[in-house]
Order: sequence, then structure tokens, then C-alpha cells
Amino acid sequence: MSNTPTDRRYAKSHEWLKDEGDGSFTIGITDHAQELLGDLVFVDLPEVGASLEAGSDCAVVESVKAASDVYSPVTGEVIAVNEALDGAPETINEDAFGAGWMFKVKLTESGELDNLLDATGYDALLAEEA
Amino acid sequence: MIYEHSREGRRATAQAPLETTEAAGIPAELRRTRPPLLPQVSEMQAVRHFTRLSQKNFSIDTQFYPLGSCTMKYNPRACNTLASLPGLLSRHPLAPDTHSQGFMACLYELQEILKTVTGMHAVSLTPAAGAQGEFAGVAMIRAYHDAREDGARSEILVPDAAHGTNPASAVMCGYKAREIPTGADGDIDIEALKSVLGPQTAGIMLTNPSTVGVFERRIKEIAELVHAVGGLLYYDGANLNAILGKVRPGDMGFDVIHMNLHKTFSTPHGGGGPGAGPVGVSKRLEPYLPVPMVDFDGSDYRWLTEIDRPDSIGRLSAFAGNAGVLIRAYVYARLLGREGMHRVSEFSTLNANYLLKRLMDAGFDAAYPERRASHEFILTLKRQAKELGVNTMDFAKRLLDYGVHAPTTYFPLLVPECLLVEPTETEAKEDLDNFVEIMQTIKQEAENQPETVKQAPHTMPVRRLDDVRAARELDLAWKGGEQPSK
Amino acid sequence: MPFIPHTEEDIREMLAAIGVGHIDALFDEIPRELRCGELETIPPGMPEMEVSRLMQARARADGQPLCFIGAGAYDHHIPAAVWELATRGEFYTAYTPYQAEASQGTLQLLYEYQSMMTALTGMDVSNASLYDGASALAEAVLMAVRANRKSKSKRILLPRSLHPAYRRVVHTIVRNQRIELVEVDYDANTGLIDSADLETHGGEDFAALVIPQPNFFGVLEAVDGLTDWAHQNGMLAIAVVNPLAMALLKPAGEWGEQGADICCGEGQPLGAPLASGGPYFGFLCSTDKLVRQIPGRIIGKTVDVEGKTGYALTLQAREQHIRRSKATSNICTNQGLMVTAATIHMTLMGAEGLQRTAAACHANTDRLIQALTALPGVEPVFEGAVFHERVLRLPIEAKKALRALAAHNVLGGVDLSADYPALGDALLVCATELRSEDDIENYRAKLERVIQSQSQTPCQLKPDW
Repeated sequence: MSNTPTDRRYAKSHEWLKDEGDGSFTIGITDHAQELLGDLVFVDLPEVGASLEAGSDCAVVESVKAASDVYSPVTGEVIAVNEALDGAPETINEDAFGAGWMFKVKLTESGELDNLLDATGYDALLAEEA
Repeated sequence: MIYEHSREGRRATAQAPLETTEAAGIPAELRRTRPPLLPQVSEMQAVRHFTRLSQKNFSIDTQFYPLGSCTMKYNPRACNTLASLPGLLSRHPLAPDTHSQGFMACLYELQEILKTVTGMHAVSLTPAAGAQGEFAGVAMIRAYHDAREDGARSEILVPDAAHGTNPASAVMCGYKAREIPTGADGDIDIEALKSVLGPQTAGIMLTNPSTVGVFERRIKEIAELVHAVGGLLYYDGANLNAILGKVRPGDMGFDVIHMNLHKTFSTPHGGGGPGAGPVGVSKRLEPYLPVPMVDFDGSDYRWLTEIDRPDSIGRLSAFAGNAGVLIRAYVYARLLGREGMHRVSEFSTLNANYLLKRLMDAGFDAAYPERRASHEFILTLKRQAKELGVNTMDFAKRLLDYGVHAPTTYFPLLVPECLLVEPTETEAKEDLDNFVEIMQTIKQEAENQPETVKQAPHTMPVRRLDDVRAARELDLAWKGGEQPSK
Repeated sequence: MPFIPHTEEDIREMLAAIGVGHIDALFDEIPRELRCGELETIPPGMPEMEVSRLMQARARADGQPLCFIGAGAYDHHIPAAVWELATRGEFYTAYTPYQAEASQGTLQLLYEYQSMMTALTGMDVSNASLYDGASALAEAVLMAVRANRKSKSKRILLPRSLHPAYRRVVHTIVRNQRIELVEVDYDANTGLIDSADLETHGGEDFAALVIPQPNFFGVLEAVDGLTDWAHQNGMLAIAVVNPLAMALLKPAGEWGEQGADICCGEGQPLGAPLASGGPYFGFLCSTDKLVRQIPGRIIGKTVDVEGKTGYALTLQAREQHIRRSKATSNICTNQGLMVTAATIHMTLMGAEGLQRTAAACHANTDRLIQALTALPGVEPVFEGAVFHERVLRLPIEAKKALRALAAHNVLGGVDLSADYPALGDALLVCATELRSEDDIENYRAKLERVIQSQSQTPCQLKPDW
């Protein structure tokens, strides 16, 4: 049974994006992604105010033996980052879809949402990769 | 911890100058107000502490050390003794040429020897390690293209199996590193290479034999393809030990190479350096070699600097690189001579192929079973990991219990659960046989008592370490306060 | 066959096991046409006895002149125990501590080294070494450009009072990343960074200011004001220091209001012999804040599964073997053995031993200056305090003076005319704690004779060609 939340959309590079309903979108990495990386030891977040392009690397998650870029699923401006991750990167391991969110953006290109997968599509992707 | 032996007022008094002076010429606002927190111990305490620390290490002098890609062969003691002769040890790097002829003769002859064994047109000894040699090599490729006003070239190609220093060096020179895939037989995927070659290609960095332990058979074709689009070929000398006196990078079509003298020329690895990474080039790159170099006019040796070589990429260290390492390599080369160099590749290859065959007979899987091993080979423990739940890391740690340093693990990344094994030419047959027996024993343990392997090592000074804690709760220096715990 | 243990019988058995008839068959995957022949120009091998004879002759040929050269490499006492211990096979022939459990000796030693270097420099963290002082500065410059997110310019202020070779090395290493090095002049009277020239860059966008202490002329810079100036202008402060001087001088971590951000330099004065310029080691320390931008190996203290203290490589995700093209540097092998020596050296010398050595160097150089400036026409070029080097102006051509002194087995210093033509016939001289009063008198007497002979009025009679 899939645990992939259905209230958000997914990028093929394993980020999730959730519409907060107030014009802002929250972004994080999926549970599958954190599992592949293992125990995270550091998260490097973008700066508030930074403008991101869809598909550009904007954050880094590090485990002991790997470092992985996080790509912005959409084009927009960073309006908040999860500062609680600084000093507690394990939050992503524990709750990737909730308390382990990484940053929030204000969208500048709304059409890009259509390029992302829904939960079913993402589960299909995982099944394919396995 | 050395600080545990520290007591206020204790000194190794024989070591400080007798005279005490106030250094009155230095104004108060520029002075230190508190002494630095260094240990306060007696000489014997220090000697005992560091002797004991040394005993917690595996080393070539004490263990079989088949660390793939690192060429952990015997480091002849004469190299150290002769490089430490008083005249060499006390020579100031800026001593005039009149007081440097002996030293420079050694360097000049080493340049000549390295030119011959690599088939290159000219050599500069100055890079301090393989990675600095790579930097110099790629910087020369860049200088060459720039001089031809061919500056639009933006990419350096590297195989996906390449050592991480290759892409990192390319980026330090302002290039983008683009990966090319390795085929199922271990050679470069030529079709994939063709598809990425173009006017943006500045060059390609290759190791041959490659990091997967086999000789790149179509190297001539690769060289032609890359040259045809105006790119240059870079040879990473990490595996030069495999081909010394058999085939030369210059003859394969490479334009620029670096050598790792701490590998092929047996200078000590020293717990992580110093190395030396001389670079050799074809004729067209000769003007760009890093300085200083040594020149000989038939009677005198002299330094070639920026003034003599205005197109040089420049200087990589304040003086002439790791001179003492170069002297050790020179001594090694003179001990070996030309026949000795042929034998390096012959016996390192013999040992690798023998060991691979014995291990395959013992039930281990080679990553490239159809291929001849070079001086090293890859085993994959994918089957054991799947069937027994015992992975490469576990095998590696258990080897330590049996008194063998583990081969390189999880490199190259494209072979799952891999062990890269390089026995080197200085190991005797019985040591290789012993390694096979140990591997068999561990395999049996993995089958019958997997926990023993999964929890290894059991006999080392420490058990498996908490790497996650090391990275999350950074403790990188002792800062005083309480005496550190024992 | 030197160092190859195989007997004829071993070879036969091994070939039989592989299933080939002779060793050359093992190279059958190498295309025939590429194979090389005999390496004829390489001399035949020699037994150790003969190589030993050759090397002794070569070493003797260079003599052991009396050395008053410093300029980045200094002749210091090294306790006998340092290299006795460092060349133990377990240190000398181990490699990078990839298998932590079998490398606790090296790892713990590196942690102790990091502890000692942070103590000496007053910084928070240290890496486990880089190649040498000059390349360490280049890495510090790259680090500052990455770390200073406020600066968009990729420009660095580099004083001309910094070692000329260091400036060249930094240029070589950073220029392909489009980093611009802007030079700041020195004050002709003091030899210090020219504050008026520096001030012209106030308010401009630079990633960092490089501050040498002492500077290349031996002169002590006003480090507090420079560090504060850098910070006020949004720049990082990169200290380039002599680590021995740090035992006596204010450590970089205490400069100005906030301390330097990065402190790097040449580790050679801590236990490495002159040895023609290497191997030495570069050190690099920083504030906690910049730790993830540090290049090279870093060791952390941790525990094993039973809770016992142990040491491991940490923050490896910065490094090339994981991060590949996005690594903080391409460095892999560093200068481990030199760091081993330095750690033992610092332990045996202790804070007091290093401080006394530093003070003795200062005093000896002072004596040397007194002695030489008593000669007619020899004068110090810069006023103000120095550590253990000073620039002197000669009444004769510096190059000729040095050549004449060398002929008498005295290395009288470094001729600065090529790098600093404005200084005239200037020499950079140094007398470490190893130079005795007799040595200094020897130099003085010989320089006196050289000056006398070279300043005699040249013969008025022109040869009649």
C-alpha cells in the first residue's frame, strides 16, 4: 500500500510540492528519497528572496556517504526556509512529508505545475525504478 | 589523547633554546596575551604516545595492503635514507645554482626517465600530488585552446567510472565535466562518446588501464575521435604501474599526463601524502608546462622559471613542489633501472591475474570475468549481499580482523558491492594464497555465522564508528576545559 | 629483480593457475602496434651500494653553506624524536585512513594536529593539511569566494607585501574560475600595506582581503585595523601567517573585533627540514561558520558501537570522491607525513618552546641587522617592527654581493630587485635560532670584504680594443 500523500504533486527527481492555498507552495524531498540517502547529516537551504528556476539545483542534502542536489520543481521566489532543519537534519528522515519540509516559494510560472506527477504517477515511477 | 599527559609546568626541556629573550622590538598590541593550548609533556611521554599511536595503524610495512588504485607496494628504505642525506635535507630552496648542481642533476635525470617511460615530449616535476597534476594538465589544455583563440570549448569528458578528482579538476579549470558511460565489457561506450563529441569538447580525461581494472582496447580509436573534433587527451597516471615498460601513454595518443610517484615510483604514502604528480606533455603543449623545471646545457643545470617560459600556466607551489618525494622516486628509478621497470608491470599483472583466478575458483564473482585483469581487478559481492545479507563493507571490516587491509570498497561506483583489489608486484605468492584463504573463510562465516561478519571488526582498537554522529555533532578539535576522557 | 619476491617455481605455478604460458601473454589485450620496446635511454639498475655512492656524491656537491635566507622556508631546530617517530613504518607506509578501525593512529594524530593548529591560530577549526602555504592561500581564496554570499564580484584584494611566489601561485590556481586579484601597494617607508591605497577600495565589492603576518618583508602588519576594515566593507579577512610567529604574536582568531575568518599558511617551520622546498605542508583553519567550505580532509571525534571514543574522516560530502564536480576542491592526497612530524614537533616544543624559539629568531635577526648595518652604506629599508626577517639596502649591486658571498659559502639572503625594483639593491635576510654569534660575525666580516672589494673605484684605463 502506498504512503505517498495525495494532497500534493511530485517531480521525477523526488521532490514534492504542496499548494498551501495562499499563493505559496511548500517543497521538500520524498520519503523514498530520504530512504535512499540514509541518515542525513546536513541540509543546505536556499536564501529567502532567491529566485529559482524550475529544474535548477537550489539546495543540498548530505548523508555521511552521499550528497544530493535538490532541484526546484517550479519557477518562483523563495519566501521561507525551514530553519529547524539547521541542527536537526534528521527531521527529514523522520518526517519527510511533514516537519521535514525544506522551503516555500511564491510561483511566477503557474503553468509548470502540469509538468509534475500526482501521487499515482509518482508511485508508478517508483515501481519502474525498483 | 596527548593532552591527557599534559600537566602545567611539564616540559621537554632539551628542545627549547636556552636563551630567553623578551622580543622587546614587538609592540604589545601585536603580541599574544595567553599561550596557545599545546600539550605540556616530557619527551618520553611524547615518544611513547606517538609510538603507541603508530601501532594502531595498518601499513605496508606491517600488513598486506591491496588497496585498489593506490599501488601500496614496498617502499624501499634506501629511498628515505638517501633523500635524507644532510646536504639534501639542509638545502634551502632558494640556494643559488652554484650550490644546487647535485640536487638539480637528480631532478633533471628524473625528468628524462619519466619522459622515456611515458613516451612524452617534456616533463615538469612540480605538481605536489596527483590532483595538482590533474589541475596542471587541464589548465594546460585550457591554455592551448586559449592561445589558439579557440576559447568556446567548454567541456571536459570523463568516464562515469573516473576518480572524483577528474571532474573536480576540470571544474577548477573553469570547465564543465560531462560524464560518458562505460560499456558492459568495461571499455568506454564508443557510440555514446561519439554522440557527445563536438566543437564544445576541450578534452577527455582517461585512466588506462581504467578504474575498472581493464585495458581500454579501443584507445587508438578514441584518440582519433577526440583529436578529430579538436579536443585533447588527458591521461590520469593512477594506473601507470600496470603498463610500465609495456605501452606508453605518448604512443597511445595522449597529449598530457600526470604520474603519481607515490604509486608507481614507490614513494611513501605517509598516512595520506605527501605525493608528487609530475606532468608530461606532447610537443604542442610543451610551452605551457608549470614552472620551475630543470634545464641542462651539457655542463651546468639551471632552473627554468616564468622568465624563461612566458607561456607557462605558472607556478603551483611556492618553491619546486615536493622535492624530497622527487628525490625518493629518483633513487627508486635508479635502483630499478630499465629492466626493473619492465618487471614492475609484469609482476603486478601476474599477481593480479593469479589472485583473480584463485578468487574466482573460490567462488567469488569478477565484475568483468571475460577480461584480462591489469594490475588490479574488481570483485562484486552483489550475490553475497543479496543471498546472505553480508555486504562489501562487512567483508572489508572482517578482513581487518584477519590482519589484511581491505581493498578499495565501493569504487568505482558503477559496479555494485565492489572490491577493487591491487596486490602489487612486491607481494609473494604465499601472501596472495593466504589472502584467498582468508576470503574463503569469511565467505564461510557469512554463510554460517553472518553476525560475526556483519559486526566486524572485533579485534581492532575500536569497533565500527558512528559516522553519523561524527558529522552531526562536529567535534574537530579539543578545546581544553576538562581533561579529555580516557 | 629488486623488490620482487617471485621464484622461478612461483612464476611457473602462477602462470599454470592462470592458464597462460608466459608473462607477456597477460598483456594480450593491449594492441600489438602500441607496445613499446626496451626503454633504452633509462640506465640499467644499480645495487643500493652504488646508488648510495652516487647520492652521497650529489649531496656533497651542494655543500652545506651558512644560510641567511628565509623568504618562506626557515632553518629551525627539529627534535631528533620527530623524524625518528614519523618514519616508523606504521606512519610512513600507511595511506589515507579509509578503513578507520585500522587507522586510528593516523586519525587520532590528525585530530590532535587539528587541536594544536586551532590553539596556535586561535581559530575554531582546522583541516588535516594542504600541499604548501602558497596553494593553501589559493584554496583560501576559492573558499572565500564560495563563502561570502554577500559579495557577487569574485574579486580579492591581495597586498604586494605578500610573498611574490604566493601571489603567482594564487593567480595560477584561481584565474580559470574568473576570479580577479587586485593588488594593494605597500608603503615605501614602512613596508606595510599602504592604507591610502587600501582606502581607495573602501565600499567596493570584494570577497576578501588577504592579510599577511608577518609580511614578505618580515614587517608586522597592523592586523587589527585591517581585519576590522575588511569586515566593515563586507569582505572576509584571510590571514596568512607564520605558525611559529603565532606562538609569540596575536593569533589570527583574535584580530580586530571579530577575528580573521580564514587563517592559512606554510607549516614548514613546525618540524619540516628545508629539503629544497618540500615536502612541506599548508595549513588552513577557519571559523565554525565556514567549516563546510573548507577543502581537504577533516577528522572528527566520535564513538564506536560500544561507546568507545574513536576518530573518523568526517564532512566527506564536501570532497571530490563524493561530490565530484561540485567538491570544495580537487585535493585528495595531502601532506599527511609532514603533519605527523608537525604534531610531534609541536608536542615536544610545547607553547613555551615555540615561543622561546620565535623570540630567539627575532633576537638573532636583530643581532644580524645590528652587525650588518654597522657596515658603511648598509641600511634597513623599512622602519618598524619585524618578526625574524628584514630588508637591507646595500651600497653595491645585490646580485653581485650574493654571488661573492656564496663563493665564500655564505647564502646572504634573497635579492629583491626582480620582484621589487623600486627598493633598489635590497636583500631580504633572516637569522633563525640556529645561527650563532660566530655565524653572524662570519657573515658580517665577509660582507665587509665584498663591499670593500666591489666599491673600489673602477679602473679608469679603458682597454684599447
